[in-house]
Amino acid sequence: MKVYDTNEYDVIVVGAGHAGCEAALASAHMGLKTLVLTIGLDMVAFMPCNPSVGGPAKGTVVREIDALGGQMGKNIDATYIQMRMLNTGKGPAVRALRAQADKNKYHERMKDTIENTPNLTLRQAVVDQLVVEDGVCKGVITNTGARYHAKSVVLTTGTAARGRIFIGELNYSSGPNNTIPAIKLSENLEKLGFKLRRFKTGTPPRVNGNTIDFSKTEEEPGDKIPRHFSYETRDADYLKDQVSCWMTYTNPVTHEIINDNLDRSPMFSGDIVGVGPRYCPSIETKVVRFADKNRHQLFLEPEGLNTKEYYVGDFSTSMPEEVQLRMLHTVAGLEHAEMMRPGYAIEYDVIDPWQLTHTLETKNIKNLFAAGQMNGTSGYEEAAGQGLIAGINAALRAQGKPGFTLGRDEAYIGVLIDDLVTKGTNEPYRLLTSRAEYRLILRHDNADLRLTPYGHKLGLISDERYEKFEEKKKAIEEAKEKLASITIHPTDEVQEFLRNIGEDKLSAGLKADVFLRRPRVKIDDIEKITGEKISDDRYVKEQVEINIKYAGYIKKEQVRIDRLHRQEAKKIPEDIDYNAIEGLATEARQKFEKIRPETLAQAERISGVNPADLAILSVYIQNGRYSKVKK
Amino acid sequence: MAQTLTEFDTIAAISTPIGEGGISIVRMSGEDAVKIANKVFKGADLTKVPTHTIHYGHIIDPETDKTIDESMVTVLRAPKTFTREDIVEINCHGGIVVTNHILQLLLANGARMADPGEFTKRAFVNGRIDLTQAESVMDIVRAKTDKARQVAVGQLAGGLLEKIRAMRKEILDTLANVEVNIDYPEYDADQITAKQMADTSKDVIAKIDKLLKTAQEGTILRNGLATAIVGQPNVGKSSLLNYLTQSDKAIVTDVAGTTRDTLEEYVSVNGVPLKLIDTAGIHHTEDKVEKIGVERSQKALKQADLVLLLIDGSQDLNDEDKALIKETADKKRIIILNKMDLGQKLSIEDMKKLTGSEVISTSILKEENLDALADLIKKLFFAGIENSNDQVMVTNQRQSGLLAKAKKQLQDVVKAVDDEVPVDIAQIDFNDAWDTLGEITGDSAPDELINTLFSQFCLGK
Repeated sequence: MKVYDTNEYDVIVVGAGHAGCEAALASAHMGLKTLVLTIGLDMVAFMPCNPSVGGPAKGTVVREIDALGGQMGKNIDATYIQMRMLNTGKGPAVRALRAQADKNKYHERMKDTIENTPNLTLRQAVVDQLVVEDGVCKGVITNTGARYHAKSVVLTTGTAARGRIFIGELNYSSGPNNTIPAIKLSENLEKLGFKLRRFKTGTPPRVNGNTIDFSKTEEEPGDKIPRHFSYETRDADYLKDQVSCWMTYTNPVTHEIINDNLDRSPMFSGDIVGVGPRYCPSIETKVVRFADKNRHQLFLEPEGLNTKEYYVGDFSTSMPEEVQLRMLHTVAGLEHAEMMRPGYAIEYDVIDPWQLTHTLETKNIKNLFAAGQMNGTSGYEEAAGQGLIAGINAALRAQGKPGFTLGRDEAYIGVLIDDLVTKGTNEPYRLLTSRAEYRLILRHDNADLRLTPYGHKLGLISDERYEKFEEKKKAIEEAKEKLASITIHPTDEVQEFLRNIGEDKLSAGLKADVFLRRPRVKIDDIEKITGEKISDDRYVKEQVEINIKYAGYIKKEQVRIDRLHRQEAKKIPEDIDYNAIEGLATEARQKFEKIRPETLAQAERISGVNPADLAILSVYIQNGRYSKVKK
Repeated sequence: MAQTLTEFDTIAAISTPIGEGGISIVRMSGEDAVKIANKVFKGADLTKVPTHTIHYGHIIDPETDKTIDESMVTVLRAPKTFTREDIVEINCHGGIVVTNHILQLLLANGARMADPGEFTKRAFVNGRIDLTQAESVMDIVRAKTDKARQVAVGQLAGGLLEKIRAMRKEILDTLANVEVNIDYPEYDADQITAKQMADTSKDVIAKIDKLLKTAQEGTILRNGLATAIVGQPNVGKSSLLNYLTQSDKAIVTDVAGTTRDTLEEYVSVNGVPLKLIDTAGIHHTEDKVEKIGVERSQKALKQADLVLLLIDGSQDLNDEDKALIKETADKKRIIILNKMDLGQKLSIEDMKKLTGSEVISTSILKEENLDALADLIKKLFFAGIENSNDQVMVTNQRQSGLLAKAKKQLQDVVKAVDDEVPVDIAQIDFNDAWDTLGEITGDSAPDELINTLFSQFCLGK
C-alpha cells in the first residue's frame, strides 16, 4: 500500500467506542484539533452488550465523568428508557443509578454530538500502524495508506484488536457485533515492544419481544422519583413513560441441556484461550461452577423503543446456535421466543496495563495513550472514564502541559486507573465498590463537589456551570449554618413526632444539626417542626444530611486519606535504578522495575512485594534526602 | 497508631534479653532522654555531665524517693550516637522486676515505650548510617526480619494463628456477602442485614475476649506471677515468705491491696518474678484464729497464678490438708512437704500420685532443698509460658494491642447497628477489624510498611 500524507492534528483518537468518544470530545473541548477514527461509523458509542449504563460503582463513574465535563451522563440522560436507583435500602455511599438505554438512540446522539463539536473530525478508517520516531508517537497510518500526523495519539481499540468470535464449533475473526477486526495494529504494537495478552468476554442472545410471554415473568419498572446522571439535567425533564425490564429464571431443564452440551462450548472444549471475567460468567460457567443452584436469574432488557430486540441478561453464552435456542425455550416466558441474534464469546488482545502510567500514557512510547477495554477492563463506564483521562492527557501533552491524574481518594476513576497500572489485571477488570478504600467519600451524590473544580480548570466545565456549582456549595454551607443556629425544643409536638417515627424522646432542647444526627430525622421534618426553610434544593439537603449523619465515619475515612497522602508525598525518583539497591528481593526488584511506581504509596500497593522490600526502598529514597541534609 | 517517621519523641525500651542475665540495660533515645533520666537518678547531675561518660548512682522513684536499684548510667549526647539523638543507658542488676520497674519509671516521667525496632529505625532515618552501610545493614535487616517473622509465626503456632484466621474467615464470609449485596443488588444472594453483621461482630468479640484473657498470662512476664502461699497454721508459711523476701534481689513495695493490711511483695526467684499475694495475711494466719485465715487464703487463692501449698511432711495428712489440696486442684501449684528435718511420713511419690502435681520436700527452717524449690518454680513458670499446648496464649503486647483494637472496631459495628447506621457504613469498622486481625497473623500489612518492617525487628535495637 502506497502511503500518503494527509492532515495534521493535535490529537488522534483511534476508536470511537465509549472510551474513544470521551477522549475525542475532551481533547476537542480543550481546544485541540482532534481526529477520531473508527472502523465503522455506525458503531460510534455502540453498546455491543447490555443496553444499560450505571449500577454500583459504574454509576458513580458516570457522574464523575459528568463532573469533569465528559459526555456519557448527558448522552444517557437524553436517551434512557428506564431509570432506577439501586441499593436504596443501604447507605448513601453505595446507592447507584442505573439506566436502560435506547441503544440506537444512544449511538445516534453521541455521533451527532461528535459531528457537531468544533475542532473535532470523525472519520471511518482502520488504523494499521503507529508512526513512531525515537520512541515518540507522531501519528497513525490507515489500511488505505493515509498517514495522519499528530502530537499525541490515544488508542481505544476495545475488543477489535485481533478479535475472534466463538459460537459453538464456529469461530471467525471479527470485531464486536460482526465488525471488521483490527489485525495489523496488534502486530504493530507487538513489534513496538508491547506485551499483549488475550482476554475473553461474551454476550447473550437477543430475542424478539413480541414472542416473549411477559405474564410468566416479574416486572421491574423504573423509578417515579426523578434522578439523572448529569448534574446539568433538570428534574423536570424526567421521562414519564418508562419501559420495564422483566425478570425470569433458568431451571433444571435448562441446566441439563447445558451440561449435556458442554463439550460443544468453546469455553470448555479448549478453543478459547483468553481469560474471561469471574464476575460476569457465561451461563454455562455458572451452571458448572454453581452446580448446587437449581436456578439462575435472568433479566429481559428492551434494547430500545424502535426495536423489538430484548437482551437476555445473564444468559451470556458461546454454545452452538441450536443449543442456545433449546436453552432459551426452557425458560419461563421464553418458551416460544424467536432468537434474533445468537450469543457469542469474543476473544481479543489487550495491553497488559502495567505498561501504562497514571496518565494512561504508555511507558515505552511517549505521547501514546491507551484507554478502555484494550487496557483490560470491561464495561462502558470503565472505558469512558479512562477515555476521558486519556483524552485530557493527550491534549495536555499536545500543549506541552503537565499531566492530570486522579487519586484513589478522589474518584472511582482514580481507583480504576491506579489498580490497572499498579496491580495489572488477570481478567477483564470491572469496578466494584469494594475496590475503593474510601467509598464513603466517593459517593455518586458528591461527584460534582469532588471533581467540578478540576473540570473547570481543564476547560471542560463552562464558567456558567462552575458558578452554579459554587452556588450549590455555598447553599450547603448556609444550610449547615442555619441548622446549627436553630434550636429544637422538646415540645409536645416534637415528642409526638419522635414517637411516630420510633425515635426516643428529647430530654432537653438541642440544636437542629445535632437533632438531625438521629437516623430517622430528615431536614424536611426540621423544616416542618420549626417552620424555618433550610433549603429549597433537595440536592443541597441531601449533602447536608449525609455530611451530618455520617460525620463520624467520614472523619474516619479522612484520617486514612491523610495517611495515604503522607505516603504519596514520598516520591520515587523517576530515574531510580533498582539494580543499584542492594538487598531487594529479586521478585520485588522485578516488580518495581516493571511497574516503576511513582510514589511509596503506589509501591505499597504492588502485590507480591513484602514489607522488607518496601522498607529498603523507603530507606534508599530517604537516604538520598538525609545525606543532603547531613552536610 | 504507629508512629510516622518524623515523630521523634523520646522513646525507651529494655534492650537486653529479658530473663536472668547479670546486667540489664534500659535505653532511652530522644531530646528529653537526659532530662528524664536525671529525674530518676540519684548521683551526678546528668544534665551537666560530659557526653560519653558513665556514672554510678541509684535509680529512685521520684514520687516516693525510694531507691529501686543501684546502677551505672551512660550519657551519650547527639549526634555521635547510634540514633543520632541523645541516648541514656541505664545498667541495672537484672531481673525482670527491677528492670521493668525502671522502664515504668521512665515512661511515667515522659518517655514513650519504643515500638519494636524503633531505635534502629531512627538510626536509619536520622542518617546515622550512610548509603553503603545502609545497604549492608539492610541485608541484616532482611535476615533478621525474616527470622523475626519465623519467630512470630512460631509464637503463633500454638493455635493462635488458626484461631485468628478462623475469626477473620467468619468476618470475611459476612463481609463478602455484604459486598455482593452492594455490587450486585439485583441478584438473589441472601441479603445480609445489619443485624447479622452485628451478630457476627458479637460472636468474634466473645472469641477475642477469650484470647485477651490469655494475654494476662503473657503479661506475667512483666507483672510477676501472682503467687499464693497456703497451708495450715505453723506449717512454715512465714518462714518461706521470710526466706523469699529476705533474699538480696527482693524488692518490697507497699501497693495497697483490697484490705488495708494486705501487702503485695515482689520477689525474684531465679529470675522469675513472683508477686506474693497477701503477705500480711500469711503472717496473720500463722498465729490467729482459723476463720479469718481461711477466708483470706481463699481470697488469695482466687487471684493466684501459682500456689505454693505447704504441708507438714512429718505428719499424716489431716482434713485441713486434704481440703486445701482439693481447693487448689485447678491451680498451677507446687506441693511442698516441709519439715523434712523432722522425718518424713509422706512420700513424694504418694503425694504426686494423689495430687498429680509437682511435689518437693524441704526444710525451710534449715534452708534445705530450697534451691530445688526455686528451680521447680522456674521450670513451672517457663513451662507455662512456652508449652501451653492445651491453651492458646497471646504472649506479646503487639498481639494483645491489636486484639483490643479489633475488639473496639467490632464494638463500633455493634453500636452502629444499634444506631440504625446502614449496613455498608457500619461495615467500614467491620472491614477495619478484619484488617486489624490480619495484622496479627501477617495476612495483611498496614499502610505504613516501614513501620511494619521495623515492628518485626526485635524489640529495642
